[in-house]
Amino acid sequence: MAVKLSYREYFKEEALPLMWCAGCGNGILLRAITDALADLEIPPHQVVVSTGIGCWGKADDYMKTHGFHGSHGRALAFGTGIKLGNPDLHVIALMGDGDALAIGGNHFIHAARRNIDITAIISNNFTYGMTGGQYSPTTPLSYKTTTSPIGVAEPAFDVCSLSEECGANYVARSTVYHVTQLKRFIAAAIQKKGFNVVEAINTCPTHFGRRNIPGDTVEMMNYVKEISISKSRYEKLDEEEKAKHLVTGELVNRDRPDFLSVYREINPAASETGRGEGK
Amino acid sequence: MTKTENKDVVIHIDETLCKRCGFCIEFCNTKVYEADQDGLPLIKNLDQCTNCRLCELRCPDFAIKVEVVNNE
Repeated sequence: MAVKLSYREYFKEEALPLMWCAGCGNGILLRAITDALADLEIPPHQVVVSTGIGCWGKADDYMKTHGFHGSHGRALAFGTGIKLGNPDLHVIALMGDGDALAIGGNHFIHAARRNIDITAIISNNFTYGMTGGQYSPTTPLSYKTTTSPIGVAEPAFDVCSLSEECGANYVARSTVYHVTQLKRFIAAAIQKKGFNVVEAINTCPTHFGRRNIPGDTVEMMNYVKEISISKSRYEKLDEEEKAKHLVTGELVNRDRPDFLSVYREINPAASETGRGEGK
Repeated sequence: MTKTENKDVVIHIDETLCKRCGFCIEFCNTKVYEADQDGLPLIKNLDQCTNCRLCELRCPDFAIKVEVVNNE
């Protein structure tokens, strides 16, 4: 029987301790990703992790795969270039909520529209953690941040609905509390061809939690646990309650042709010079 | 390094990596852990451990390792 790979094949243990705050779920998400890669037995040299800026942008420092730490919001732009340059590689873009949807908002919608074969893993902690807790495109309406001390007046982006509308092939949402589900969705997204999004609802006790959730790191995690419910439970709620919750689960799973397949079809010469068929 | 053993499971806690977030203590279904004064998890009820490993997976700092020693 073959020996099962460990997350240690993908996780750089010598880089410990992690830089993130006590109670930040980024480490949990990192474990889920490295566990998923180990389950899929993808050799680390065939994986490129593309990151932007922010707390979660540091994740590539802790991985033994290839890494490309680019500029703010551009993880998908660099990822697109990497994928087109060598389609055999598995490209995973790690972005925070601000990185993916504000600074890199245009890259995000067009990567989904193009359906480029990249797995986007978004760590959504509802705030800009690294720069001091400003409100982000996913901060829930009326929640307090350093730049909205009496409550944010803008409705939040629904990352998953946006991804679906723009054309992503696979869209799933889980949380850093639901760790086994999170790993399962990440593995499914990595295996699937096309643009695939996993949104991981994350904890930020330092900024988001301190201003909005009475209590400590555990209460921050309880908040994440309580706002996340399955689709069947969500549909039974009234409108007021719906606004306070997020649906978890596999929300989209379809097979639109990905960018490279379409490109090769309309431009057969590209297949002849291409370096492979990818996954 | 705390190391406590029963016949099936060994739990290692790296005190230098632990940031005392308390997730393992709070979210263990069988209440294996208790906090010391500093917030560090102490393994109090190892006999109740079901080896579900959720504490290890939910530790944001890779400070917990749950190991099965008698896996026959």
